[in-house]
Amino acid sequence: MALTRRELLKKGLLSICGTLIPLSAFELLKPDAMASLIHPYSKKKRWAFTVDTTKCMGCGMCVKACKLENEIPFEAEVQRTWVERYVQTKKGEVIIDSPRGARYGFTKNDPQGKNIPEEEITKGFFVPKLCNHCEKPSCVQVCPVGATYKTEDGVVLVDRKWCIGCGYCINNCPYFARFFHPVHNVAEKCTWCYHRINKGMNTACADSCAFGVRKIGRLNDSESEVHKIITTKRVAVLKPEFGNEPHVFYIGLDHIVR
Amino acid sequence: MTEGHVHGELWTIKELFTYPNEYIYWTVHIAVYPYITGLVAGAFVLSSLYHVLGKEELRPVAKFSLIFSFALLLIAPTPLLFHLTQPFRGYHTILTPHFYSAIAAFNLVYLSYMAIVAAEIWFAFRKFIVEQSESQTGFKRLIYKVLTLGSTDVSEKALHLDEKMIKILAAIGIPAAALLHGYVGFIFGSVKTVPLWKTPLMPFIFLMSAVISGIAVCIFTYIIGMKFAKKFICTATIRSMCNALVFFLVIAFLLEIIDIVFHAYTAEEFWGILSQVLFDRFAVKIIVIQWGLGMILPLILLILPRVDTLRAFIAASLVLMGVFMMRWDVVIGGQSMSRSFAGFMEYNLPIIPNSVEAFKEGLVAVIILLSAPFIILYFMNKIFPVFSEVFNEDDCRILTEEEKKVH
Repeated sequence: MALTRRELLKKGLLSICGTLIPLSAFELLKPDAMASLIHPYSKKKRWAFTVDTTKCMGCGMCVKACKLENEIPFEAEVQRTWVERYVQTKKGEVIIDSPRGARYGFTKNDPQGKNIPEEEITKGFFVPKLCNHCEKPSCVQVCPVGATYKTEDGVVLVDRKWCIGCGYCINNCPYFARFFHPVHNVAEKCTWCYHRINKGMNTACADSCAFGVRKIGRLNDSESEVHKIITTKRVAVLKPEFGNEPHVFYIGLDHIVR
Repeated sequence: MTEGHVHGELWTIKELFTYPNEYIYWTVHIAVYPYITGLVAGAFVLSSLYHVLGKEELRPVAKFSLIFSFALLLIAPTPLLFHLTQPFRGYHTILTPHFYSAIAAFNLVYLSYMAIVAAEIWFAFRKFIVEQSESQTGFKRLIYKVLTLGSTDVSEKALHLDEKMIKILAAIGIPAAALLHGYVGFIFGSVKTVPLWKTPLMPFIFLMSAVISGIAVCIFTYIIGMKFAKKFICTATIRSMCNALVFFLVIAFLLEIIDIVFHAYTAEEFWGILSQVLFDRFAVKIIVIQWGLGMILPLILLILPRVDTLRAFIAASLVLMGVFMMRWDVVIGGQSMSRSFAGFMEYNLPIIPNSVEAFKEGLVAVIILLSAPFIILYFMNKIFPVFSEVFNEDDCRILTEEEKKVH
């Protein structure tokens, strides 16, 4: 059969499109993605974290443990995890602080260095913070070289050997969980102690908490405590409006928490 | 483990409540980078006004603005290298570009734009290069010989083809310049955590301010260059550039105002702290310098009748300052409100370079970067002379309709 050039181009294009469309459907119908449509929590392994703010005493042991475990210079004013103090007065004023990331704990009633009489305070509490290991992490999205990535089990990590240090991820994190490592000079963040949890251990912060505030576990493992808390208690996440789907779930969150 | 230093601590002063890891991470170079990129785009648009729209009175500056655009383009990405904490890994963006990231495509956009500008320069100067490769001697002859790229045909037909190519490249160049700078605006506009940046208007705001700064820098440099070369400066050329400047100045100003009015009217959660930045902490920088001195005053200077070279020069200098202030206000101002919306950060530009970081992120580096394009222009002018052609007022006056037909 004789083909003109025009016909050849036409048919060639058609067949390329014809193969591409069904191929792209395979991407849409990935088993994982389908499973997540059926079950709200997909069957795959996924780490999650819970924080019970009603139990936190602000001792700061978690921050200390994290700094030592993960080799962040202790006196450097950056941390993978920190604790914030919220104090609301009768006038409705909200005072927030986190002196030195709370690695020395909150030992005095002096929010932001102010002396507030106890009878003026209507409520006060502590909120531990750490990386939320989002399902849709904006930090991973914006990394120009792919140096930061999400593992199969939902933990967001940084490749220290590949990061160029542009700071785009740091600016795109709604929680400011990221910073530059004082020694390695690359983006740095909480890893949920990936080196520990993979061996069946707890994170350093959860281990060091005397009050059982912090817990890590499998989101979809019905035996795990984290699963039980998230499925049976009233929990909330920080800044859901950014659409990152954070995976640190808080008990006792308040509207004044930033 | 050594203690190291915290990146950002050197220049950030925190007030009230900010997150412990919160510092001003994007500093002065992130203001210089869009500033220089904007000058590139604006200078190119100016040269295209002559080549594509046939604004005959801009002929004296058409080649100059093209060469200057290239000189600026060479420096445009260097502020980013100064900014990286690992500058020697910059090539990773080429090895493993992660295209979900808004900045990963920069290399592509930048290099393709550079190819367009370089090609246009070559076509615009081809006749000159061929002539020089024959008349010059020694090293200069060698340079021009190489620059001919083996093409020595200067027949009427070949030159006509050159003209055609320039027109095509200039026409492709306009959307490419818009893309280059709109893209830079998008990089900011897509940072969802910074309320001042997160607006779909950002690419257009950046583009318009780019165009005004680019035209202004051409007016500024052309007047200085011609004064130094002791050559005649056509008033018609200057007036035509000023007209273009007025046109884009009005659009740029309206866009910036709409953005703020919109934020004020919708008054989202962050408006409280944003308004404090706008009307208190950055009031002088934004309202007085960026808008008052950088936009409204030059607008008045330029729309008053009988614009002369001096007034154009003053207006252009004001616009240049105003646009730099705008870049600063966007970059530093945007980050100066804590993302907890409960505190502020103040930025102090390191002045004395007493450490590597204070040099790299400080005033000295900025001065080097901002003067580099002018130094490059000086050397490029040795090979592609742009201040040497002599024009008189008759050459570049605005042609009447009949004359245009004859032309």
